[in-house]
Amino acid sequence: MHNESLTFIFLQSAVINNFVLAMFLGICPFLGVSGRVNTALSMGLATSFVMLISSICAFGLNLILVHYHMEFLQLISYIAVIASAVQLVEMAMKKFSPALFRALGIYLPLITTNCAVLGLALFQTMRHYSFAQSLAFALGAGVGFTLALLLMSGLRERLLLANVPNVAQGAALSLMLAGILSLAFMGFGGLGSL
Amino acid sequence: MKTTDTTIDFGTFWEGVWKENPVFVMMLGMCPTLAVTSSATNALVMGVSTAFVLVCSGALVSMLRYLIPKEVRIATYIVIIATFVTIVSYVLQAYAPEIYKVLGVFVDLIVVNCIILGRAEAYASKNSVLRSVVNAAGMGAGFTFALLCLGAVREILGSGTLFGVHLFSAHFQPWLVMVLPPGGFFVLGGWLLLFNWLKQRVASAGTLQEETARAQ
Repeated sequence: MHNESLTFIFLQSAVINNFVLAMFLGICPFLGVSGRVNTALSMGLATSFVMLISSICAFGLNLILVHYHMEFLQLISYIAVIASAVQLVEMAMKKFSPALFRALGIYLPLITTNCAVLGLALFQTMRHYSFAQSLAFALGAGVGFTLALLLMSGLRERLLLANVPNVAQGAALSLMLAGILSLAFMGFGGLGSL
Repeated sequence: MKTTDTTIDFGTFWEGVWKENPVFVMMLGMCPTLAVTSSATNALVMGVSTAFVLVCSGALVSMLRYLIPKEVRIATYIVIIATFVTIVSYVLQAYAPEIYKVLGVFVDLIVVNCIILGRAEAYASKNSVLRSVVNAAGMGAGFTFALLCLGAVREILGSGTLFGVHLFSAHFQPWLVMVLPPGGFFVLGGWLLLFNWLKQRVASAGTLQEETARAQ
């Protein structure tokens, strides 16, 4: 792992191996919340924030688990930590920024079952990232997720005005669009491997 | 609690396979659907693992449905599901290490598959153990069926094989993009188009019959 600099990890998780378009993590919110640009942006930011928090928690937790040789509890403890992190974010947001809390509504608790968050925690453990590397990884993943959501919502807002055949309306068309976006993101493939 | 229908018939099982297919109709559990279907074998293993977790967690949630306090039910369900996923993950690592290596993190990610939590919340917590198990088995079968649909198409087009068996002569030029991420989106989109088209045909045939009946 010679080229695992912080910038490379960030770039890799943001665009080269984009969480949504290349690794298929977090497809549910990607298809569900990408109808409008505004909600897509708030959802992306909230998810990024939870990613950052749960990445830090998962790093600390893993140290404890490895110390006591209890790696088999990894999955259960990670998901518990993520669920409580989401709960904390929800409570903090309700207290300090009620407007944003109302804007996000139901999407906030649903971040718990977003596989991008748990996937992030599992990947950083699997790849033995250091603390700084984990932070870069989480930041990159958040940026990548927000980017994918924004791109998709922009396209779908345009599509509302387009005249598409009846059969292609709804999810089928969104998936085709996502496929094309994913093809475009494959263009980042060689980046960073100079 | 409302008195619920306690009869078990074929419909309890079949609705998960066809009418309420988790992937094609309810659009749940998209992440594993797209990520692990680059070959039919992977799709089958993933489908069976998910079905196992569905059935076991459905049974346990249904057994404990009067004991779990309402306020912490979601957390309890998640812990139950995570336990079974850990079992599946360790069994796969022990008996099928090659497949585990390919599926990788997606075995662990069964925990956050919305189908399982959705069934626990919407069905197992309200129905008897036997009904929950039958329904979960149907959902699992439907999920496996959907994964196989995708996996088979992507494997045939992308590498010219099915379950690792070569189907074409050596001149076959694999359509590489089908086993890469964009292929997953395209094939699932294609299946949805096909089902929409079929549904529309059935619907329009229905209205046509009605109209002719009225005209007569």
